[in-house]
Amino acid sequence: MLTVDSVSVSLGGERVLDGVSLSVAAGEVVAVFGPSGSGKSTLLRAVAGLVDVESGRVLVDGVEVTEAPTHRRSVGMVFQDEQLFPHRDVAGNVSFGLEMAGVERGERDSRVAEVLTAVGLEDFGGRDVSTLSGGEAKRVALARSLAPRPAVLLADEPLTGLDADLHDRLAVEVRSVLRASGTTTLWVTHDRAEAELVADRSVSLLDLGWRA
Amino acid sequence: MAAAAVPPSLAVVALVVVPAVNLVVSTLDAGAVSGVLGDQRVWEVVWFSLWQAAVSTAVTVVVGVWPAMVVARHRFRGRAVFIGGLTAVFVLPTVVLAAGVQVVLPGEWARGASAIVVAHVVFNLAVVVRTVAAAPVPVGLEEAARTLGASRLQVALRVTLPLVAPALWSAAAVVFLFSFTSFGVVRVLGDLSSSTIEVEVWRRAIRLGDVSGAAVLSVLQVVVLAVVLVVTSRMQRSRGLRGRSVLSPVPGAWSLAPVVAVAALVSAPLVALVWGSFRSGGGFSLDGWRAFGSDEIRPGLRLGLDPLGALSASLVSAVVATVFAVVLGGLAVAVISVTGRSGAWLDAGLALPLGVSAVTVGLGLLITFDSGVFDWRASWWMVPLGHAVVAVPFVVRPAVAAVRSVPGDLRTAAATLGASPVRAWWVTVGAALRRPLAAGAGLAAAVSLGEFGATSLLSRSGSETLPVVIERMLARTGGSFRAQGHALAVVLAAATMLIVVLIDRWREDRVGR
Repeated sequence: MLTVDSVSVSLGGERVLDGVSLSVAAGEVVAVFGPSGSGKSTLLRAVAGLVDVESGRVLVDGVEVTEAPTHRRSVGMVFQDEQLFPHRDVAGNVSFGLEMAGVERGERDSRVAEVLTAVGLEDFGGRDVSTLSGGEAKRVALARSLAPRPAVLLADEPLTGLDADLHDRLAVEVRSVLRASGTTTLWVTHDRAEAELVADRSVSLLDLGWRA
Repeated sequence: MAAAAVPPSLAVVALVVVPAVNLVVSTLDAGAVSGVLGDQRVWEVVWFSLWQAAVSTAVTVVVGVWPAMVVARHRFRGRAVFIGGLTAVFVLPTVVLAAGVQVVLPGEWARGASAIVVAHVVFNLAVVVRTVAAAPVPVGLEEAARTLGASRLQVALRVTLPLVAPALWSAAAVVFLFSFTSFGVVRVLGDLSSSTIEVEVWRRAIRLGDVSGAAVLSVLQVVVLAVVLVVTSRMQRSRGLRGRSVLSPVPGAWSLAPVVAVAALVSAPLVALVWGSFRSGGGFSLDGWRAFGSDEIRPGLRLGLDPLGALSASLVSAVVATVFAVVLGGLAVAVISVTGRSGAWLDAGLALPLGVSAVTVGLGLLITFDSGVFDWRASWWMVPLGHAVVAVPFVVRPAVAAVRSVPGDLRTAAATLGASPVRAWWVTVGAALRRPLAAGAGLAAAVSLGEFGATSLLSRSGSETLPVVIERMLARTGGSFRAQGHALAVVLAAATMLIVVLIDRWREDRVGR
């Protein structure tokens, strides 16, 4: 469960988020849509602890994490440009979070195989990430974020940059992967149709009291 | 353009290829080879060269990586001055910096292996900082790692370090090359048990007159270097990170600590040099500056060294070497720009002096121009010629890079707009060449002013340049000689730093427009 309570964030002296509140129930997928440059990414980065929150609170599963460092928040994040580690192969990318959590080798390997299968890439473990197609890279990024079973998954326009056909197919697939794993997800996008396709509930920025 | 190809091709053949062949031929004497390889002292020198270079490289990388990361990530007041200052130190004459290090270090540390390592570290920090700061910082990947549960330390060790490793390895390879072939620093700071192959080449050729033995050692040095570079070239392969990092503000004043520490470390020898020029007989004194141009120990007793003559010899050498390097380099780059692939050998030939060492360059020229009508050993222009060969890669490398950055279509576009081939070349490639060639000229002048390796082999008694005179003065006992040597070193340091600062300024002005 995720609760964002009256969060304000300023970047470079400019107020980007102003008292935003939002909650995502356990296992729910909530999409927030709005134009680019409106602070959607900043909201996710504030939840992840990648930017400082000026005022307000962030709670993950009822525990306040507003001041906690990113790696202690149990959040996973899928980035718009994937950010796959170029010095690790596909399996190495997916197992990274498990290694950080101190999961043992055998358990790690089976979890990596499990999530790669879930995203339809069961034979891709040994592949160099620079050889992946756009859609494959997106799937690996999703698998990497899901592997350590984060309490909350943050998805920052994760389907941007794909052609329309692949975009729609992948949106449906991702929806079923998130459902099957029961992952609490906050998804941001500029695309209203995508929001409605992926999420249980979608919200416009404007409805959240944003100054768009 | 075929006519333009003749002078640089001839020059590469005469100044690089023939000397290199001569060096190799000189080693074909079985007696010389067994004489050198059977000499216990040679192996001690090889071992010392290797380990001091390895230690110098490791310390430079360890000391330099932290400030390099700060420079790579953040913008702060004095950032450009910090990078420019490190670069200016890197281009300082070796004997000048070594003299400064000698003043800074206390008593028994002021000579020998530790002093040599300190000097190499101070010199080469610029290589590590500039190379690492130029590589893109994987900020997005670091954030991804943090969302996957990695602590700051884990991010540094598991993500950042592996990704900047190729840049670190290429910096390390360059630092190793410079430390392994170190000459001026070792001549000033070394002692009997701490001598590099480079110094041993000079000692054999000049002190012992054993040119074949010196040639064997030179070739041995090149072979060791080649092995090291081949081994590390695998590690230097980039991981495909692209783009430039966006500089963020400094998170807090404390994070500038490594930058301040390195700035202090690097400026200490320079401050010490000025201090040393005012010290004589155990106290403050103006003797060093009063005796600045004096060639007498006391009235009527000659020193055997002429500081003012050396100053003018240095200036003349710098002018001649610069003109020579820029004309030769400029023609070569023009030819490379037109011939493309077939000009590659010219490119490689002119880069070679950077890969071998200055003493090797000097030795090659010395044994090439030593007989018949080509016996030019006593000619005054052998020194500037040697300087030009050493400096020409500094002119050619950036200029070739600038030429390669000009899209081929641009020339075609100019041609379709009615420009003749020569004019089309001039307005596209020619325009891109002017700036790097001018900067290269400045660097060539700075290199020539401080050049000590090739000069030690090529200069004749009575026509010494300033670095040679400084080294001799510092080798003498007696406080006032030291102070005088330090005063001369201060002037030489100021001159080279001025040139480098001017080039940097000018470059930034142009880039800023």
